[in-house]
Amino acid sequence: MGEAAKTVIFEIERQNSTDDSSYWEKFELPYRANMNVISALMEIRRNPVNMDGKRTTPVNWDMNCLEEVCGACSMVINGKARQSCTALVDKLEQPIRLQPMKTFPVVRDLIVDRSRMFDSLKKVKAWVPIDGTHDLGEGPRMPERKRQWAYELSKCMTCGVCLEACPNVNDKSDFIGAAPLSQVRLMNAHPSGAMNRDERLNAIMGEGGLADCGNSQNCVESCPKGIPLTTSIAALNRDATIQMFRNFFGSDHMVD
Amino acid sequence: MDNNREFLMRRLHSLLGVIPIGLFLTQHLIVNHFATQGVEEFNRAAHFMANLPFVIFLEIFVIYLPLMYHAFYGLYIAFTAKNNPGHYSYLRNMLFVAQRYTGIFLVVFIAWHIFETRFQVAIGAAEADFSMMENILSNPFMFVFYILGVVSATFHLANGLWSFFVTWGITVSAKAQRYSTYFTLLVFIVLTIIGIRALFAFV
Repeated sequence: MGEAAKTVIFEIERQNSTDDSSYWEKFELPYRANMNVISALMEIRRNPVNMDGKRTTPVNWDMNCLEEVCGACSMVINGKARQSCTALVDKLEQPIRLQPMKTFPVVRDLIVDRSRMFDSLKKVKAWVPIDGTHDLGEGPRMPERKRQWAYELSKCMTCGVCLEACPNVNDKSDFIGAAPLSQVRLMNAHPSGAMNRDERLNAIMGEGGLADCGNSQNCVESCPKGIPLTTSIAALNRDATIQMFRNFFGSDHMVD
Repeated sequence: MDNNREFLMRRLHSLLGVIPIGLFLTQHLIVNHFATQGVEEFNRAAHFMANLPFVIFLEIFVIYLPLMYHAFYGLYIAFTAKNNPGHYSYLRNMLFVAQRYTGIFLVVFIAWHIFETRFQVAIGAAEADFSMMENILSNPFMFVFYILGVVSATFHLANGLWSFFVTWGITVSAKAQRYSTYFTLLVFIVLTIIGIRALFAFV
């Protein structure tokens, strides 16, 4: 062989718990063909020895589906938020820098607590209420072409990348970010969901809602699912404009 | 989330930036452009503007109050952002950052500009005419300061106009937003030429 075996170098920003301060640790791993960031993290877990040759604690991270549909393994890789399962080492510049998405509270190492996104979905009523005191029967039909369009919006996996990329989602602001807003557009597009559209619009016209968007459009550039987030936001802006006038001048019934 | 005060304040901020502030800026730069036609022409235009009926009320309701609201609420908006142009160096994000920096600079520039011109006139220390601006701009430092002020203002208006169209739900599709970028770029170029030509006419 003669040549030194090929290796991959990782720099990982680690943190023992939410309130601890962070520190960087470097790891050098043997290269394997087609490895991704997750398989590298698994290798570190198997043999948690850092570049100084010292034995250390295994790096903690979150994962589940390993095929970019669950969003659990999202982290900041070389400065950009994305899923680590689809981050191929061959396509990354070395050393590969891994950081937690610090827009969220860090639980440990690369694991963050994304609860705020789920709380936001509750705040904006991102569901279709179908329960009644009696059988409500079938809802109105949705045109097939509209369903196909809405399916794209439904691909959101609440991964948090759009919040991490957004300059207006930070500890100085309450902005809920693009993902929950786009879900409002999805639920309002649903024929049964549309029966409560004014409730969702009024929710996103509140604190930390739609108005906090500064149009940096990092969300749409970063979304791993290619969801047209900025189109959703602009469409909601139009709906909110109408809702605003309706709330003030409007009639006594709020839905259509 | 029932309280929609923030929503209304942001919408008001967006509206005032275009109407009346954007309209006033355009008018201001066009009137300044009379300087390219000579001292007489400029003085006549300045005199006309300064002697409009109810001018003090026009100034208060069309300029001072909207401008102060836009400036102070704008500072709050600028300082609540956590700019990240390094890793996310997309065009819109760069413009987002530039919008905030030009806004902060404009608060300083406009405060100084009003103090140096309108305020001096108000206390009777100077008269708003060609020689006043000639005097100010003869200082190379001030000339650069004014160039930066005009370019910042035209940029902030043009890019703010783009955001205005999105904020009010006028440009929704990606295509509409792209064409809006071209249109506002044109607004920026045209207003900048008008503004810069006027400044050069004073030196």
